[in-house]
Amino acid sequence: MAEITYREALKRATREEMQRDPTVVLWGEDIVNYNGTGGAYAVTAGLSKEFPGRVRDTPIAEEAIIGVGVGAAMGGLRPICEIMTVNFTLVAWDQIVNHAAKQSHMFNGNIKVPMVIRTPNGHGRTASTHSQNFDAWFAHIPGLKVVAPATPYDAKGLLKTSIRDDDPVVFLEHLQLYSTKGEVPDEEYLIPIGEADYKRRGKDVTLVTWGRMVVESVKAAKTLADEGVDVEIVDLRTLRPMDLSLAFESIKKTNKAVVVEEGWRSVGLGAEIAASLQEQAFNDLDAPIARVAGLEVPMPYAKNLERATLPFAEDVATAVRAMMQKQY
Amino acid sequence: MDKESLVSLYKQMTLIRVFEDRAAEMYAKAKIAGFLHLYNGQEAVAVGSISALNADDEIVVNYRDHGWALARGASPGAVMAELFGREGGTTGGRGGSMHLVDVDNHFWGGYAIVGGHLPLAAGLAYAAQYLKTGRVTLCSMGDGSTNIGTFHATLNWAKLWNLPIIFMVENNNYAMGTPYDDHSPVPMIQKAAGYDMYAEDVDGMDVMAVREAVCRVAERARKGEGPSFLNVVTFRYRGHSMADNDQGRSKAEIAEWRERDPITYFASDVLLKKNHVTPAELDGIQKWADQVVDEAVEFAERSPEPALETLYHDIYAQPVSNMQIGGTLTRPAQISGLVGRNGKH
Repeated sequence: MAEITYREALKRATREEMQRDPTVVLWGEDIVNYNGTGGAYAVTAGLSKEFPGRVRDTPIAEEAIIGVGVGAAMGGLRPICEIMTVNFTLVAWDQIVNHAAKQSHMFNGNIKVPMVIRTPNGHGRTASTHSQNFDAWFAHIPGLKVVAPATPYDAKGLLKTSIRDDDPVVFLEHLQLYSTKGEVPDEEYLIPIGEADYKRRGKDVTLVTWGRMVVESVKAAKTLADEGVDVEIVDLRTLRPMDLSLAFESIKKTNKAVVVEEGWRSVGLGAEIAASLQEQAFNDLDAPIARVAGLEVPMPYAKNLERATLPFAEDVATAVRAMMQKQY
Repeated sequence: MDKESLVSLYKQMTLIRVFEDRAAEMYAKAKIAGFLHLYNGQEAVAVGSISALNADDEIVVNYRDHGWALARGASPGAVMAELFGREGGTTGGRGGSMHLVDVDNHFWGGYAIVGGHLPLAAGLAYAAQYLKTGRVTLCSMGDGSTNIGTFHATLNWAKLWNLPIIFMVENNNYAMGTPYDDHSPVPMIQKAAGYDMYAEDVDGMDVMAVREAVCRVAERARKGEGPSFLNVVTFRYRGHSMADNDQGRSKAEIAEWRERDPITYFASDVLLKKNHVTPAELDGIQKWADQVVDEAVEFAERSPEPALETLYHDIYAQPVSNMQIGGTLTRPAQISGLVGRNGKH
């Protein structure tokens, strides 16, 4: 088993599915020849040469990138539509919410939309319009499937499943994960949409998280282990439909939960998860559920201010320590 | 066109007119709720267009969609049942008036976000191009939709990729209630010129003119000559929807357009003049349409409301195996927090 990057895992998934199914097509902004091989973040670099005519540049018009994808999916293709960053999906919000998400139910099962919208969350000194996380927005919409993998292994298995899926899947990558590495088998595998995964087993406190915050939670868990705190990490992997079964299983054992998210706290996914846990498993909890989240400000450019707005491993560790120190 | 086909155009336009008048009655009786956008006056556009296309060409239209669905062959009973919100409707009561569909007849739906369906139509056209099916996509829209971003993004893309698509503006001169000159600074046909797209002005009150124009541009698309733009000038006799009392337009303007009514014009200047039909036969067609619509209303009345247990069906085409749709695993109802684990309060 080789160690590859998250970026490479996504590319392999795309290549394998394009080889397997000639109806899979890929389009987005500057994915054919930018920097010589295509892609602002080079996720599908080189595929335009491997699959000429099936990997296409589009105008900078996100509403059309998604809308043409919806129509092509209705007409028998399986488009993968790359939106360069999640910030630009806002231009296409009507197409995602009023069209992609509605077709199957509103037309009573007569129309299906097998498409993948690939886009990265994230930040990187690009200020407020280019440094956002909209997990909660997408996860709010009935009709969408929303996937947010944290590791190269999950990224590959979930992207392959998403491409084969008959529904619109919003596939949320992360700029800060693209260069992270992990083991990925050479042989083919698939990961089902809608199944959470334990990223660490432990007995003292449950972290419920996804995406980049899985990586930060794993780092925090190492620090906490040195301090004698044994953390269990539930990676949701899919945000809609959300599988909280492992979270329920875990808190039955640990009796404590911290929900860790990158996005803004208010009205966020952490609030939804905390509400569901206490509604359905109140008796399993020995402490109020804590939340770690991003600060509620538009992201500034300055290095120190950017860092201050985002949650990192140290914030996760701080939240866990506070919970462990209180007597309940 | 042979005599039978010509008479068929008349029958379809008559059926649409009768259907829409009856739908207005049913709305007044509160059998139909929400928004109801009627097609009276514009019948020649849908009927002429569809007569020019193959049975497997793709049709995508906006929310003023009853005439298109009926002309494409949707059952009048299913359309009326949809307006009633019943199980027997084209979407089983899910979509209502603005979202009719008949995929078997390649009618991909009415769409209710202005301009929102244009990129979808381009996508269908791209699928046809990629899969080499030879199908042409016809995308109809109102004049009010030619100012929104998706209009320009889609025309640009369609020309760039040389898609086999017809963009048809059903230009009834009003964006809801706003007259053309108050919403657009240039003549309609000029909007296509920016994308170097083949374009024609068409008389939308003349079913044969519409048919011939669509034949010309469909042929272009099939030969690989790419997208076209038709500015079909027409008029709707009623307000924007049944919620519009139509006090914003002058009676004189409406009367003037009624002088050129597409159905009476086609009867007097084509069918009767060329002795394709007798006046008695035209009366017979009117009676036939009345009867079809009577039966459609009866069907809609008899059709049950959609079963509550179907509410969650089809949110996904491919359900996720290990959980309920709708979010968390064990959500029993809207009131999740008040229901304990034993299901009691």
